[in-house]
Formats: sequence, structure tokens, C-alpha cells
Amino acid sequence: MSKISVRFFARYAELAGCESSAVTVSTPATVADVIAKVRDVFPGTEAMPPRPLAALNRRQVKLNAPVQDGDEVALLPPLSGG
Amino acid sequence: MTHLTRQPLDVNDLLARVQSEERGGTCVFLGTVRSDDGVTAIDYSAYDTMADEEIERILGEARKQWPEARVMLRHRLGEIPAGQASIGIAAAAPHREQAFLACRYVIEEAKKRLPIWKKEIYADGTATWTDDQRHAKPTTR
Repeated sequence: MSKISVRFFARYAELAGCESSAVTVSTPATVADVIAKVRDVFPGTEAMPPRPLAALNRRQVKLNAPVQDGDEVALLPPLSGG
Repeated sequence: MTHLTRQPLDVNDLLARVQSEERGGTCVFLGTVRSDDGVTAIDYSAYDTMADEEIERILGEARKQWPEARVMLRHRLGEIPAGQASIGIAAAAPHREQAFLACRYVIEEAKKRLPIWKKEIYADGTATWTDDQRHAKPTTR
């Protein structure tokens, strides 16, 4: 099992009801597995798109990126800087 | 150093960080909050650490492509009233061509890659995330 820190930003933080938390997934696991677990634990996040943008340890990644114990997954609404 | 600030952007500070006697062309880009559709301000939030690292990567890419240019970027966070700048980029190079190119590269990459989000605040006190189409206000265009 791996403990993954999860961070929510902007509208997704409102959906989750918090800005950060942690979930446990059985290994091997990917970012997609973490997101599936997040949807279970935080029902409000069901309103996120099926394939949200995600960052792993502060780098944007595809959802099939593998995760390890202690990693940080961030769920990112569509980017709108500038 | 951080490229993010909660204070009004200081263009003179940006200029001081890029200009030198060897760099004869300087280009500045400012992105400002528009008052479209009754917007009075935009509240900017960010994944600060990732945004800072991503800005550093973008500036590094610009340095690699235009080694003689010096480019800086500042992004303001928090509630920014319409008419004030949210992002400022200054690029200085020996000649104007590299300054324009480097400045353009940095703003285009910043728009695509920075984990920063906007919540539009309206005169009637309501607010909407710009990515939330369910609550999007009708636009005139």
C-alpha cells in the first residue's frame, strides 16, 4: 500500500471541500488509480471531468504515470494563468 | 527567488533586472484584468511551488533559445481590480528581434503551463471560476 498526498486547487478544492488530504492505494498504482480513490473518498469530486489535469510531485503528468509511497498528486482545473 | 507576488507589479523593478548597457532592445508585456461583462476584479490563486518551478523552467528555455537575452516574469496573485496588471514580462537583448521573440515565447508558455486560476468577481457581488461553464455568464460576443 502507498500513501499519496493529494492537493486540490481552485474549483476542485470547493468540490472536495478541502485543499489537501491523503489517500491510500494498493501498489502498483497510477495517478488514475489515485483519482479513482479520490472520487470515492470525496463525493463532490465526481463533478470533475473524467480525465482531469494532474501533476505528480509538481510536474504535469499523464494519468498513467506510476505513483510511489510519499508522492504528491495535485488535481488541476483547466489552467488560466496570465 | 519567487516569481509570484501579492503586491502590485513593479515594472521598473522588472526593467532593472533585465536591462544593461549591452542590451539595446527591451520589450515589456503586461497582461491586465479586463472589465468584460461587469467584471470588477479577478481573484488569482495558484499552486505556488509548482508555478514558481514552471516559470523557472520557461525562463530557462528562453535563455537557451536566446542566450544573449535576459527575461523576467512576475505574476500577481490575490484579488486584482480591473485595469491592473496580473502578469508582467520584461525581455532585453542586444537587438529588438530577440527581445520580442523571448518576451512572446515566455507569455505564450506561461498562458499554457502555469497552474494558476481565475475567479471573476462581478459588480453584483457574485463570483465565477473562469473554467466553470455551468455558471458562465452570457457574453456579448
